[in-house]
Amino acid sequence: MLFKKAHQGRCFCAGFRYYRDMIAIIDYGMGNLRSVEKGFLKVGVDVRVTNRPEDVDNADGVVLPGVGAFKDCMQELANLDLVDAVADVIRKGKPYLGICLGLQVLFSESEEFGKCRGLDIFRGKVVRFEKSGLKIPQMGWNQLNIKNNNPLFNGIPDKSYFYFVHSFYVAPEDNSIIATTTDYGVEFTSSVRKDNIFAVQFHPEKSQALGLRLLKNFGDIVAAK
Amino acid sequence: MLAKRIIPCLDVRDGRVVKGVNFQNLTDAGDPVENAKFYDEQGADELVFLDVTASHEKRKIILDVVARTADDVFMPLTVGGGIRTLDDIRDLLNAGCDKVSINTTAVRDPYFIRQASERFGSQCIVVAVDAKRVVEGMRFEPGEPWLGDPYLSEVRLGIPSNGDTVWALSTHGGRKMRRLDAVKWAKKMQDLGAGEILLTSMDRDGTKDGYDIKLTRKISETVTIPVVASGGVGTLEHLREGLVEGKADAALAASIFHYREYSVHEAKEYLKSKGVPVRL
Repeated sequence: MLFKKAHQGRCFCAGFRYYRDMIAIIDYGMGNLRSVEKGFLKVGVDVRVTNRPEDVDNADGVVLPGVGAFKDCMQELANLDLVDAVADVIRKGKPYLGICLGLQVLFSESEEFGKCRGLDIFRGKVVRFEKSGLKIPQMGWNQLNIKNNNPLFNGIPDKSYFYFVHSFYVAPEDNSIIATTTDYGVEFTSSVRKDNIFAVQFHPEKSQALGLRLLKNFGDIVAAK
Repeated sequence: MLAKRIIPCLDVRDGRVVKGVNFQNLTDAGDPVENAKFYDEQGADELVFLDVTASHEKRKIILDVVARTADDVFMPLTVGGGIRTLDDIRDLLNAGCDKVSINTTAVRDPYFIRQASERFGSQCIVVAVDAKRVVEGMRFEPGEPWLGDPYLSEVRLGIPSNGDTVWALSTHGGRKMRRLDAVKWAKKMQDLGAGEILLTSMDRDGTKDGYDIKLTRKISETVTIPVVASGGVGTLEHLREGLVEGKADAALAASIFHYREYSVHEAKEYLKSKGVPVRL
């Protein structure tokens, strides 16, 4: 069922503590993280791909990527004892960047394949695009309506295009966390931000120069902490 | 608003881009990574590598090509050609590609698409539908063994009595015709979990006469997953026709970009001037 990961068994000899501002990219088997890792490295941000809770604890910032099904994602996080580690990171106020599923799992529940509980950091649901005539998944480049000042979008103009691949989107109960919206039949929440929690529905690692800029911005946020 | 995508396609054989003669300002015209960067800079929305490597032994080379490309170019990348097993898909995704395009293997075993989409997610499983208008005297391969399966049998090719155009599915780069209805096949592939259809008109492929608009529209209106139109682009107007009249979600072209008749940017400028939503 699950996509087995690229980085399994890879040895990271360099100790975490030798890096300043280290960012952990959590690899829990949901999709290939190679582009996320390489994207950060391209813009000079140190990252480490890991599935160990202690690495997540020790990191200065955490990235939770992933594509696939919500339920599998929660299941895999649980199997690897990562649910508490991720929740701790958020509770401690360390910068968190969720990408795609890493956005969706922050919410209370998803209607994908029957109801499934999420991390419940934010109140709200993950729902499916329903409008008739709409191609699903939404696949391609769509624009962001940037709601307010947000360091993640430094240097990224309003209405910029990012790459999306998804059939579900988040519907937050608290509108104040909505960082950007995007139009696809409906105006949906394409990213959220609350304090040091940043999460995006689109794929910065596939969004060319502006995507790399966003990854760099997250690196700067972690460095500034 | 979701932009219509413009997708250059690169044919790769034994790890080298073939067709490539006109890229004078690339340091290495046959290097897929150089080609990918070139299209990246022009604002291509995605890239497709079509692996036309003949020998099975040399197939691993494409993995290295994908890895080197994905390490340098941060845009969606699809690989098609020669994908036979779930392990083939896994290896390609791990190398850094985002989607795989499957044709012959789906015809051999339609349930392979279900297995692949359940394991890796629909979003990365593209089914390449190569279609050809049925004409009198067309020679077909023997019927598929799985046509006895009631769930699959509806894709069997039937010839309508009212003279409507029908398209048969073809495999092996157009060399083999199947007794399968291309439109019904596309729908079945969606039902089995495909996340996108890469539709090529084998009548138009290589002709520069434009996409088969009737076919493109028929399939775009039949499925609810995105459709990429392919085969026959000779002018920028052809791209517009495929996206607007053909209702495709993306337009793929090889020669016009490869031989630098037009840049991707020029194509998008043209489309924008005609009111087509594109990312510029």
